[in-house]
Amino acid sequence: MEELFRIENLSKSFGNKKVLQNINLKIFRGEIFAFMGPSGVGKTTMLRLLNLLETPTSGKLIFNGNDDAILQKNYVMRRMSMLFQRPATFNTSVFNNVAYGLVIRRVDKKTIEKKVIDALALVGLAGYEKQKALTLSGGEAQRMAFARAIVFKPDVLLLDEPTANLDPANVAKIEDIIRKIRSELGTTIIMASHNIYQVRRIADRVGILLNGELIEVNTKEQIFTHPNDARSYAFINGEFIY
Amino acid sequence: MGSVDFLVQGIIKAFELIFSLNPYIMSITGVSIRVSGTATILATLTAIPLAFAISFMQFRGKQALITLINTGLGLPSVFVGLFVFLMIVPIGPFGFLDMVYTQKAMILAQFILITPIITGISLAAIKAVPQSIIETVYTLGGNEKDVVIATLKEARFGIITAVLAGLGRGLAEVGAILIVGGNIARTGSVGGIGEGLSETRTLTTAITSETSKGDLSTSIALGIILISLVLSVNILANYFQRRD
Repeated sequence: MEELFRIENLSKSFGNKKVLQNINLKIFRGEIFAFMGPSGVGKTTMLRLLNLLETPTSGKLIFNGNDDAILQKNYVMRRMSMLFQRPATFNTSVFNNVAYGLVIRRVDKKTIEKKVIDALALVGLAGYEKQKALTLSGGEAQRMAFARAIVFKPDVLLLDEPTANLDPANVAKIEDIIRKIRSELGTTIIMASHNIYQVRRIADRVGILLNGELIEVNTKEQIFTHPNDARSYAFINGEFIY
Repeated sequence: MGSVDFLVQGIIKAFELIFSLNPYIMSITGVSIRVSGTATILATLTAIPLAFAISFMQFRGKQALITLINTGLGLPSVFVGLFVFLMIVPIGPFGFLDMVYTQKAMILAQFILITPIITGISLAAIKAVPQSIIETVYTLGGNEKDVVIATLKEARFGIITAVLAGLGRGLAEVGAILIVGGNIARTGSVGGIGEGLSETRTLTTAITSETSKGDLSTSIALGIILISLVLSVNILANYFQRRD
């Protein structure tokens, strides 16, 4: 498997608070990797570090073989995109929202039109082009955010609790979209979730984060059937007290 | 003549003056729009970059600048008039510019009054753009320039409201332009009323002089035009506020 991300001794502190400590991990091209753990253990910070929205306190981030991604911020950031728990919506049409990543990459108008239509079809929002984005429901807005994030075909898609605020029907739709993005576009997906059922449904490999430490990384099957760490077992079985 | 008749006749004559496009009234309206319009354009060109610099850049004196802008929001116009007058009076530090009692001086005074208003309201509009919008721009591959453009687009209705608020303040302002402009009209008489065409006479300053002369129908006509202009600006501002 081709290595896409290599994280070496990565730590992040905010003031005196250590949020992540000595994270070491490899993420491979085309996989769905999930950071799992209870709220407040540093999952979102982990994704923000990978997206270079935050600078690590120490450690190294190697992306696509380029030594030290932080020094090549623009190159790296243009090859990934991130979705937040509550997607931000530009106050304009759905079309303009989805087209944004292509417009700033100076893609020609005709190509933009085709790619936006394809992306909206992939997320089940065909025909929504002219609608004002602020009038979309929560589930539709999240799907539009997916279309906006994948329209320029990033190598990596980072998802921070992508279904945390959605009803079960929309959760199922979003999970379908995540699978489609991986199978049709080959995008590497890295997600953060506290929802063990969702991780079990869609992830290939899982890393369990507890108190800023990555305590175990393994395949989904292994983590959910024979976890190596007693704390992983406790978390998966709802017995973890924090 | 009863008090109601006197008012009704004044209003009827005022409308006659407006609909006959009386040259005296029209020249005053023209000066008002030209002075306040130019001051608003210049203030906008200064205020919006200033609001963005304050929002996105770190520099020495930033807090002092914000305090200055906040003070400017409530600046008495007569004080600004006096200050500009002292600067441009022939024995003042900028006396060589020969600006006293000119439209340029009036534009300068209104620029000083309007700039803090447009800056202050624009700053509030920019601050209201959620941090998540800025982070989304970065996560989609944007750089600092893209963030500024996206913020400008998101804050557009608030910024338009700021510009219109500045224009409204300029049109309604009287103290500063009376001091630096001198409320001058040419000698002679046009259209059978008032004096000659306006040099530095605006709707507000003309109302004060016509009322003191007792020409109430001319004052009412000027008042109707002034209130229509200010009301139109406010209706527009309200429209953009609701769209925000």
